[in-house]
Amino acid sequence: MTHQRLGARLIEFGGWEMPVQYTSIVDEHLTVRKAAGLFDISHMGEFLVSGPGAESFLNGALTNDIRKLSPGLGQYTLCCNESGGVIDDLYAYRLSAEDYLLIVNASRIGIDFEWIEKQLGRSPHKGRVQLRNASDEMGAVAVQGPRVAEFINDCFPGDSTAGTKVSKASELQKNQIGQFNFQGKPVWVSRTGYTGEDGFEVVAPAESIIAVWDTIQQRGKLSGLKPAGLGARDTLRTEVCYPLYGHELDEETTPIEAGVGFFVALDKGEFTGREKLAQQKAEGVEKKLVAFRMADKCAPPRPHYPLWSAANESARIGEVVSGTQSPSLGVGIGMGYVPPEFGKVQTVLNVEIRGQRATAVVVPKPIYRKAG
Amino acid sequence: MSNIPADLKYAKSHEWARVQGGEATIGITDHAQHELTDVVFVELPQVGKTVKAGEACAVVESVKTASDIYSPLGGEITAVNKALGDNPALVNSDPYGQGWFYKLKLSNPSEAASLLSPEQYGAQIGG
Repeated sequence: MTHQRLGARLIEFGGWEMPVQYTSIVDEHLTVRKAAGLFDISHMGEFLVSGPGAESFLNGALTNDIRKLSPGLGQYTLCCNESGGVIDDLYAYRLSAEDYLLIVNASRIGIDFEWIEKQLGRSPHKGRVQLRNASDEMGAVAVQGPRVAEFINDCFPGDSTAGTKVSKASELQKNQIGQFNFQGKPVWVSRTGYTGEDGFEVVAPAESIIAVWDTIQQRGKLSGLKPAGLGARDTLRTEVCYPLYGHELDEETTPIEAGVGFFVALDKGEFTGREKLAQQKAEGVEKKLVAFRMADKCAPPRPHYPLWSAANESARIGEVVSGTQSPSLGVGIGMGYVPPEFGKVQTVLNVEIRGQRATAVVVPKPIYRKAG
Repeated sequence: MSNIPADLKYAKSHEWARVQGGEATIGITDHAQHELTDVVFVELPQVGKTVKAGEACAVVESVKTASDIYSPLGGEITAVNKALGDNPALVNSDPYGQGWFYKLKLSNPSEAASLLSPEQYGAQIGG
């Protein structure tokens, strides 16, 4: 249970002091849903993988088929251990023919880098791949919301200079990345995000990131842009059921169990974890990630609250991994792992909240879907 | 700046008490609601329950976290604010009025002397 004394709004996250909220989580959340929000995501890690062997090496280390990426394109992917457990989930961008950028979770930077280095040491491609952890040299922001396209070109004017070639940033399509000249420095702008809204993520040299932040804040003001913290980032991603490492994903959980099997390309050939993942895909899983919403007005579900069968009072079936009050829907929502027989939509579950059981109903993912 | 009414007593843990004879009304301070932001649920104690000073007896839920509320004074719960069931945001909009939590029949009215004065509480929160 996340009981916390009243107080601080800054939290330590992956070794960074990060803002949880600027105004309020609900205000920032709704601002992103209807206008635009600006997030500092400089805590995230950046690895550069390059060389003639980079594609083949990454294809053996990550679950998605990286050969599908042409220069200027990115994909969601995962890195698994031999038993299929998730080392991390990440975004892989192909910046040019032989250069890849991996964006990894802050809390996993050290573990990931060590893991990938170890994989490379054993790889037949090792002499033809350079691997570098650039996390300390780069900062990043995310600008998210339906009105972002109104001002993104004012922030990064002109043609892209590398990656996907466009004459303005707003021409980038989902998952495309382009390099732009920002006050004389190269920055990467991609049409990606973690909120379920349209938007962009910007990776820039650390010394430029404050200027990037200030520029976006200034240019976005007329479109209703506000700074948003990690609190809103978490409620936004929970509503659309995007996994967060340490909640939905860990080394004992596979992508198949987590419902992200779409990003596991079993048909591409050998990669770390493939055997276990192929077996699970063929034979089924013992636990499955479900999304639920509370049936009645009650305290919001929180991570680690026990999940119980509604049909059999003595059957504890799992645990909540993410839970919150949904600012968009006004009810408690969450995700948790349960045996597959409890995973069907409309199954009634009980969430134990401080010793009391409250009724929840399994719903399709995403929990929140944009109207229209 | 936080609002700290002069006629109330305060606990270090950010609750207020309005003591009237042998009874007290309890809530959380303006500073506390401001720090919590959007209150989405309040779990109140049962009427008739006896609580000790300093005992966790209610929970206030914001979007992000659940926070324990510690009774600044001991006694028997005589009433709880049912309006918070439908509208927990009253804690944000009117923390010293419609956002009250519960009323107590005090077991030991002299306990109130150990609570913070408005000036002391103001100094604690740096306001």
